[in-house]
Amino acid sequence: MNILISNGRVVDPANRSDAVQNVYVSGGKIVALGAAPEGFIAERTLDASGLVVAPGFIDLAARLREPGFEYRATLESEMEAAMAGGVTSLAIPPDTDPALDEPGLVEMLTYRAKKLNRAHIYPVGALTIGLKGERLSEMAELVEAGCVAFSQANVPIVDNGVLMRALQYAATFDFRVWLQPIAPFLARGGNAHDGEVATRMGLAGIPVAAETVALYTYLELAKITGARLHITRLSSAAGLALIEQARAEGMDVTCDVSINHVHLCDMDIGYFNPNCHLIPPLRSQRDREALCKGLAEGRINALCSDHTPVDDDGKQAPFSESEPGATGLELLLPLTLKWADRAGLSLMDGLARITSDAAKIVGITKAGHLSVGARADICVFDPNAHVAITRDSLKSQGKNTPFLGMELPGKVRYTLVEGQVMYEGR
Amino acid sequence: MRNPQLNQHGELQHLLTLDGLPRDILTAILDTAAPFTEVAEREVKKLPLLRGKSVFNLFFENSTRTRTTFEIAAKRLSADVVNLNINTSSAAKGESLLDTVDNLCAMQADMFVVRHAASGAPMLIAQHLQNTGRDHIHVVNAGDGRHAHPTQGLLDMYTIRHFKQDFTNLTVAIVGDVLHSRVARSQIAALTTLGVPEVRVIGPKTLLPTEVEKLGVRVFHDMHEGLKGVDVVMMLRLQNERMNGALLPTPQEYYKIWGLTAEKLALAKPDAIVMHPGPMNRGVEIDSAVADGAQAVILPQVTFGIAVRMAVMSMLGSH
Amino acid sequence: MKELDAEALCRQLAELIRPHVTPTTALVGIYTGGLWLAERLHAELGIAQPLGAIDVSFYRDDYGSKGLHARPQKTDIPFNVDGAHVILVDDVLYTGRTTRAALNELFDFGRPAAVELAVLVDRGSRELPIAARYCAHPLPQPLPREQNLELQRDDDGHFTLKLTQAKPATR
Repeated sequence: MNILISNGRVVDPANRSDAVQNVYVSGGKIVALGAAPEGFIAERTLDASGLVVAPGFIDLAARLREPGFEYRATLESEMEAAMAGGVTSLAIPPDTDPALDEPGLVEMLTYRAKKLNRAHIYPVGALTIGLKGERLSEMAELVEAGCVAFSQANVPIVDNGVLMRALQYAATFDFRVWLQPIAPFLARGGNAHDGEVATRMGLAGIPVAAETVALYTYLELAKITGARLHITRLSSAAGLALIEQARAEGMDVTCDVSINHVHLCDMDIGYFNPNCHLIPPLRSQRDREALCKGLAEGRINALCSDHTPVDDDGKQAPFSESEPGATGLELLLPLTLKWADRAGLSLMDGLARITSDAAKIVGITKAGHLSVGARADICVFDPNAHVAITRDSLKSQGKNTPFLGMELPGKVRYTLVEGQVMYEGR
Repeated sequence: MRNPQLNQHGELQHLLTLDGLPRDILTAILDTAAPFTEVAEREVKKLPLLRGKSVFNLFFENSTRTRTTFEIAAKRLSADVVNLNINTSSAAKGESLLDTVDNLCAMQADMFVVRHAASGAPMLIAQHLQNTGRDHIHVVNAGDGRHAHPTQGLLDMYTIRHFKQDFTNLTVAIVGDVLHSRVARSQIAALTTLGVPEVRVIGPKTLLPTEVEKLGVRVFHDMHEGLKGVDVVMMLRLQNERMNGALLPTPQEYYKIWGLTAEKLALAKPDAIVMHPGPMNRGVEIDSAVADGAQAVILPQVTFGIAVRMAVMSMLGSH
Repeated sequence: MKELDAEALCRQLAELIRPHVTPTTALVGIYTGGLWLAERLHAELGIAQPLGAIDVSFYRDDYGSKGLHARPQKTDIPFNVDGAHVILVDDVLYTGRTTRAALNELFDFGRPAAVELAVLVDRGSRELPIAARYCAHPLPQPLPREQNLELQRDDDGHFTLKLTQAKPATR
C-alpha cells in the first residue's frame, strides 16, 4: 500500500535529522522524504500535523511469555501491547519454558510471530542448555534459526569455567553474548538493594557487589576470550564505572539499562509495593542518578523496557514472595520522553536510545532509522498528549508496573510495521 | 501514600509497624496499657470491650508463646478467639494469602492477628481489606519476617517507662542479631520516636544490617565499649541457624564476645535493667545468673505484654 | 440558671449520708468528678473502709460507636467487695449509663451486699432505671442535651460546678 505520512516532525537520530516533512511509504519501505516520488499516489494519508514521526522503537528485552508461560501472557496480547507502544522490533530473552536452546523452538517462535504479523522478533538464544550453566547450546545452529545473540537471562552461570568456555565458543563465531551481571552467591536470598531502605523494611538485601563482582568476572573473561560482550540491565553507579574502566583499557563493550531503573530507586518500594520487586533491584538514589546521567551521555548505550508481564496472583503476595518483573512495552516511549526531558536532552538524542542505538546492539540495519530504502517501521506519536497508565488502558496481560495510576507524556497515534498500519490510537 | 496503619482521620486502624507511627499515638498506647495491668489482679479477669467480636490468630509461622499471649489478651477483653496455624508449605501448594484472608472475612472476622515469615505480609492484608471495602476489620502484626514486631516493641517501651520513667535521658543498648531481628527494628523505631538520645547496637558485623546507623543508632562491635554507662540492656535471641549461614562460627565464641555476663553487665550503670524478648538461650546470649538476677526484668515484660496487647486491641476494636 | 454553690451542696450531701454510715460502708468515687467528691466525703464522714476509685472507660456501652475515651485511669478497689455496703459517688447523675457501667465493673470484683448512689446534682433525662439514694440538688427542670454540667476542682481543692455548651458530636 502507498502511504503518505504528512506534515509530521520527522525525528531520525541515525541521520541526525529533525525537521517537519512528509514521509512516503510504499511496498513496505520508505521510498522518499520531503518531496513525493515520481508518480506516487497515496492510497492512505496519515495526517501527522503536530505529531512526531520516529523510527519504530527497538526493545532489547521483551518477554512475550511463549512458550511455557501462557497463563501470564500470550504472543497475541503482548504483540498488541507492542503495537500500542510503538515498538516494532523486539529482542526476546531465552527464559521461556522450555528455554530457547533448540533451533526448532526458535523457528516455531519466529514462525508464530510472523504469522501474527505484528512486530519483528529477534530471539536471543540460551547460552547453555536449559540455561543450566553446564553444557553449551548449539550456538551456530541457533544463529541459523534466527538468534541474534546469546544470554542466560536472569540465571547466571555459577561455574566460571563453563562461562569462560561459553564465551570462547561464542567468540569463535564472533557471536554476541548478552550477560546480566549477577554473582549468584552474593545475590542469594536477596530481593531488594542492600541499603538503608532494605534495612528499615527488613528485606533481604542484594549488595552492589553482586553486580560489580560479576561484572568484573565477565569483563575479564570477555577480554581473555575476545567475546563480543553486551551487559544488560545495569543497576549501579559502581557497575557503570567498571564498564567505563574496561573501555578505557580498550575493550569494546556495550550496556543497557531498563526504563524502571532510570526513574525509580529503592525508596519507591514504599509500603512493600510488589510492582517494585525487580531484577536487578532498584538501587539507591545515587545509583539512579548515575544511570540517568550515563544514559544521557551515551556511556550507557541503550534503554529498554525489560518487559516482564506477571499475572495478578504473582504480584498479590508479600514482597519477597512476589514474582519479580514489570510490564513495559507500553511504557517505553513515555518513560523515554520523561527521562530525556529530565536529563535536558533533545528529543532526537532521547529517542536515539530506543532506535538507532538499540539497533546497533541487536545488529539491525534495515530499521531503526528513516532513511530512504529503510524498512517502513514507523511510530507516529503526540509528545504533548498524556496517557493514563491503568489496568484498562494497558493492552499487555501484565498490569504489573510501578507506574500504575500515573499519567505520562507520549501518546502513540500510529504504528506501522513494514509499511502496514498495525495500530491506530485515538 | 497514606500510612496504611492510620485511617483518614489519623486514628489507628491497624497496628503494623512502629516505624512512622506518630509519637502521640505511641504514647497513647502506653498510657492506655497502664490500667489494663490492673485487670490481671482481679477476681474476674475480664472486661467487656470486645464481647461478641471474633479475633482470628492467623499464624503462618509457628509461635506458641506469642500466640498464647494474644489469645489471653483477647479473651480478657471477652473476645471470641480462633487460632489458625497455617503450615506455610500447604499455603504455598494451595490458597494464596489473600484468598485465605477473604475466606476468613466471610466467617465474620473482626480482627486478624497475623504472624508471617515474609516482611510486609500484614501490610498486604491491611491494604487488601481497604481495597475491598472492609474498613471495620483490623490487623495486628504479630511479627512479619525481619520487618516489625510492634507489640513487642511497645511492651518493651512500657517496661522501660515503668522502671526508668523518662525516655529523654537514657542510653539504651540492643545486643545481638539485629540483622534478622524484627524486634530490634521495632525497638529502634520506638526508642528514636520517644526521644531516647542514645540508642546503641552491639554485635559482629555479620549480624548488623547495612547502613543501620542511618536508623539513628550508634554502632559498636566491642561489648565492653558499648555497655559503658548504659541504662537499659536489650538482649536479642541468637538462633541456631546463624551458624549455618556462615554468619558466626560457634555459639561458644559468640557467648565469649557478645554474651551478657555479670562482668560485662557491671560496665553498665548500677541500676541498669536487663531485658529479653524471649525465649532465652541461656549460656549463649545471656548468662543464667544475669537472667535470674536482680537487674533482669524479663518476667515483668511478659506481664506487661498482655496489658499492652489488650490496649492495642481495645484501641483498634472501637472504630 | 441560678449559680449552684458546689461547696455548699457537698456539705449538704455529706449530711444526707451521715446518718446511714456504718463501719462496713465503703465509698467508691467515679473518675474524675465523682472521685474528688468521694475523697472529700471520705474525710468528712470519717469512713473506715479505704476509698475506692473506679474508671468506667472499659465498661461504657458506647465503646462500639465512640471508641476508648481519653486516657483511662486505673480502677482501684482496695477493700473486699464481697458482702460490702458500697456507696458509688458521682458528681452529676444524667442518663444513668455511667452508673450502670460502674455497677457492671464493681460486680466483676465480687458480690456486694448493697450498692447505693450518691450524687451532687441530678440533671434529669434518665435513660435507664437508675436513681440516686443521696442527692444534694435535683434540678427542677432537666438540662438541655447540648449543655454539659460537671464538677471542677481548682488548685486549692475548691469545688465549683461548671455549665458549658457541649461540643457538637464528631462523626
